Amino acid sequence: MDPILRLEAIRHSYGDHFTLNIPELGIQPGEIFAVVGPSGAGKSTLLRILNFLEKPQQGQVYFHGAAYTSGNLPIELRRRMTTVFQQPLLLRASVWGNVSYGLRVRGSRNGHETIRQALEEVRLAHLAKQSADRLSGGEAQRVSLARALVLNPEVLFLDEPTANLDPGNVRIIEEIIRRTNQERGMTVVWVTHNIWQARRLAHRVALLFDGEIIETATADAFFNHPQDSRTRAFLTGDLIY
Amino acid sequence: MEIFLNGLRQALALIMSLDPSLIEIVRLSLAISGLALVISALLGLPAGLFLGLKDFPGKRMVVALVYTGMGLPPVVVGLTIYLLLSRQGPLGDLGWLFTSRAMIVTQTILALPLIIGFTMTAIAAIPSALIMQLRSLGATRRQVVLTLLYEARSGVLAALVAGFGAIISEVGSVLIVGGNIEHKTRVLTTAIVLETRKGNFSLAIALGIILLTITFSANWLLLHLQGHLDPRQQ
Repeated sequence: MDPILRLEAIRHSYGDHFTLNIPELGIQPGEIFAVVGPSGAGKSTLLRILNFLEKPQQGQVYFHGAAYTSGNLPIELRRRMTTVFQQPLLLRASVWGNVSYGLRVRGSRNGHETIRQALEEVRLAHLAKQSADRLSGGEAQRVSLARALVLNPEVLFLDEPTANLDPGNVRIIEEIIRRTNQERGMTVVWVTHNIWQARRLAHRVALLFDGEIIETATADAFFNHPQDSRTRAFLTGDLIY
Repeated sequence: MEIFLNGLRQALALIMSLDPSLIEIVRLSLAISGLALVISALLGLPAGLFLGLKDFPGKRMVVALVYTGMGLPPVVVGLTIYLLLSRQGPLGDLGWLFTSRAMIVTQTILALPLIIGFTMTAIAAIPSALIMQLRSLGATRRQVVLTLLYEARSGVLAALVAGFGAIISEVGSVLIVGGNIEHKTRVLTTAIVLETRKGNFSLAIALGIILLTITFSANWLLLHLQGHLDPRQQ
């Protein structure tokens, strides 16, 4: 199957020390693809390049086989993907106002039912009218997830969305992502430093270390038969960083 | 104390009687300051947005100039505009001196740095990662900018309040460039100066009370709008 997103010969430097260097990476439609790696490995940079929010200094990013950059990606294509970041960054509006934002910028006026369903899915329907700045961290992140889900994106990017949450909220978010992926066939690219989360959810996993992808494999192969010594060290917690 | 009480009584009597000359002065004050506010908002909001969002070489100098502009002595601005518009001045051919246009230009220059400065501060306080979040939610560049302005609405309204407050109550510069000509350039502040000089203290106080009432009403309206726009107060 042709990948929905593909990176080719990507090189991107930050400062003097860090360079993201990815010769080739493909994301298959309908899969949950987890990118794991220690802090500072370049996971978030990789995500920003994959979702066309940042233009790589070298290389190409393909969406459905065509190369685009963050500058020339048509808005209709940009609107087929969205991202949930580690920090929810909600607008100074009600919960409903936040969840409806993406629909409003698309000029959609018939999203009432979709918004209601998304809020029910993240178990926040009772807080629809509440101001977003009164939410707890977990609730805010669930609102952030709901505002992504109402858009029914083809690709959902998740940049460590559960990094700061308690186990209860982590479980809710993981369940929603798994169900959404299964029911809607939504492609999910999930960046996490939590290998257990990747093990629970991902179909395929890549280890990013010092800006390079060390190993990409199906979840089963990655966790049970890692090929690279650094993957084994990362899984056992012996990789020092 | 008696002067103040007389002033209050006279103010009420003037307002109740709908005195035509008073209405003309109030109308002119609102028209000149209102138009100056609109022009400075049209120029100042985009400039404040730009300064709040972008980094560029020399930005610190520009910001320092804006901050200096926020404390511009109105009389100096009035004098400069006077010299520019006077018959021998470089813009003398416009024939704007002692007209409401000169007063609008002066008030725009006084309000502009306040609006730029307050808007810039409000926009800069928004986390820069929000821009990326909005783009990822499908907002176009224009929609991102409008959303940021809306997010910074408290600061933007404060900018408008500060700008309006500064120019509606300003007297030195508008007296210099407007000349306090009856039916033409006489506004509340210059009328107060005139009546004070004539010894009509009660009338001057009455005009002062009306001026304060207008400023208070404008601020009340903006605060009401701010509360209406704030989800925490709904």
